[in-house]
Amino acid sequence: MTSAMESPEQIRGRLLTRFPDAAVAVVANPGPAAQHSLLLDPTRAVEIAAFLRDDPALRLDFCSNVTGLDWPEREVIETIKKTVPLSPVTGAAAAGATAPGPSAEPATKIVEEKIKRLQPGCLEVVYHLYSMALKHGPVILRLRTGNRADQVSLPSLTPIWRSCEFQEREVFDLFGVVFRGHPDLRRILMWDEFRDHPMRKDYVEPDDYEWEPTPHEAVLAKARAHYPTPAPGAPAAPAP
Amino acid sequence: MTSVPPISRDSAPASWTPGGASAPDLPPAGPHLRQVHDSFHGDLLEVSMGPHHPSTHGVFRMVVTLDGETIVKLKPVFGYLHRNHEKLGENTTYLASMPYTDRLDYLNSMTNNWAYALAVEKLAGLTVPERAEYLRIILAELSRLLNHTCLAGFLLHDCGTSGTPLMYAFRERERILDLFESLSGSRMMCNFQRFGGCRTDASPEWLDAARRLVDGYGRFLDEFEALITGNEIVMARLQGSGILRPALAISAGVTGPMLRASGVDYDLRRVDGYGLYPRFDFRIPLGAHGDTYDRYMIRVLEMRESLKILRPALRDIPAGPVLDPKTKLRGFRPKPGEAYGRLEGPKGEIGFYLVSDGTPNPYRYRVRPPSFINLTILEDLCLGHTVADAVIILGSVDIVLGEVDR
Repeated sequence: MTSAMESPEQIRGRLLTRFPDAAVAVVANPGPAAQHSLLLDPTRAVEIAAFLRDDPALRLDFCSNVTGLDWPEREVIETIKKTVPLSPVTGAAAAGATAPGPSAEPATKIVEEKIKRLQPGCLEVVYHLYSMALKHGPVILRLRTGNRADQVSLPSLTPIWRSCEFQEREVFDLFGVVFRGHPDLRRILMWDEFRDHPMRKDYVEPDDYEWEPTPHEAVLAKARAHYPTPAPGAPAAPAP
Repeated sequence: MTSVPPISRDSAPASWTPGGASAPDLPPAGPHLRQVHDSFHGDLLEVSMGPHHPSTHGVFRMVVTLDGETIVKLKPVFGYLHRNHEKLGENTTYLASMPYTDRLDYLNSMTNNWAYALAVEKLAGLTVPERAEYLRIILAELSRLLNHTCLAGFLLHDCGTSGTPLMYAFRERERILDLFESLSGSRMMCNFQRFGGCRTDASPEWLDAARRLVDGYGRFLDEFEALITGNEIVMARLQGSGILRPALAISAGVTGPMLRASGVDYDLRRVDGYGLYPRFDFRIPLGAHGDTYDRYMIRVLEMRESLKILRPALRDIPAGPVLDPKTKLRGFRPKPGEAYGRLEGPKGEIGFYLVSDGTPNPYRYRVRPPSFINLTILEDLCLGHTVADAVIILGSVDIVLGEVDR
């Protein structure tokens, strides 16, 4: 890094002064790499991306890497510490043993309670931005979809960085994120007739990769309709 | 003896109109001309070039729309070699993905290994001994020599030189591959780097052999350049074709020699200063025109700069371990977190993005393939050129389908 770059918190602060109604959050990276990222509000993402590209202090003109992440819905078990009053019976029994004064405060204890919570799933798209002009980076942007089923649309950043063109197509192909405003959103690695999105965590491989709907099936169905098979038990056709 | 002008669309008489709606009754004056049926012009022809076309460097397909011989539209199609490398990476341990990275850009397994090791080292906060850093630089620069030599050979082969420069290039390539084989056991699928160092140490004899190769390489480059660089046909063929403007190159995320051929000074060895590259003195050649000739020339100049890195590296390589003894290769579980590690591969920025959830397998394993992203602007480069030029432009982009399709 040749020039010191603003921290994600500083960038977030500047983004919030520029776009007061946009939601921008810093996602901390707990690992040793400490590459923290900015979670953007998808509705304002294109404007924010254009700002990041054109801002003279950042000039993030190079979008190096675009990729997807799948976070399926999962059960999270959280441990919460709660302060609960001791029940009168146990409290009295304990009091009888040690004989406290009558003015003792109501006895309480700290109980750990485990709560199961269903964390909703989403698809996430990650952009790694660098600056070729100022030679710094990375600034990492994240966009999240509403869920993994019917709200999988996100704005495309291809109008801002051309390098997103093929990579967003790949994310669409393998993860199923639909990019609004992409000039040519087609499958790129899988074939066009392919249905599923193989990089999703719940993807199940087909039993037979070679199977494909061929015209033979339609032809066979037509032939069956034309020459109905005789019902079981019916007399066989007489030999000529 | 009257000279007959060649028959073409322009040589039809001015009074003649296509379709024959108002064809003149009188024969035209002057020498008799066959009327050229003109409705052919203006029709577009769609040609599917590849995936088995020998000039596409593998199983790459271009759907080319032609007006005459001029390309008016070009859509690259790939995925014929797709095996979902990233899913394979999610289903194996961190170490088991290392041999798979060899198969991405199978000319440069050494730099692929290093890029992956770099990303894992960032993810887990590992350190690398100094001897291993030197060894990595030596192998990466040898790999760059190998790749650029092959590229120059392939490019000239695409021009129609019938293999002679390619054989010169492959002769040198085999010498480097011999070094790789004696060090790692395999010519191309080296599987040599590890998290926190290298797999085996280089013997003094190996280093001597590498020194001899580096000392002789300049002579090969001189010979090759004497044959090719100033050649009139090569210049006429390559100069001015497929011009890439710097603004488009930056926006399209083009990296590596292709970007620098367009005059953008961005080399990760200098910008990121990963490994021990800041210790070495080398220049970054830049192109002035961004055409195919510049992309060829940049590679030749980069090879000469690689030699400038290799000589001091082979001279100063210190003694010591090549693998950090604290590194745990088996049962390796990095803490939850994520990291993006990248380096300057011979084809451009090769990066790995890893997300760990604390298990032995990565939660997400992403390869940033340079030649896949460099293909984004293939259509822009080829528009207005002929099919024969598109072959050369594709050759100068330097793709490997193992990496494009993953």
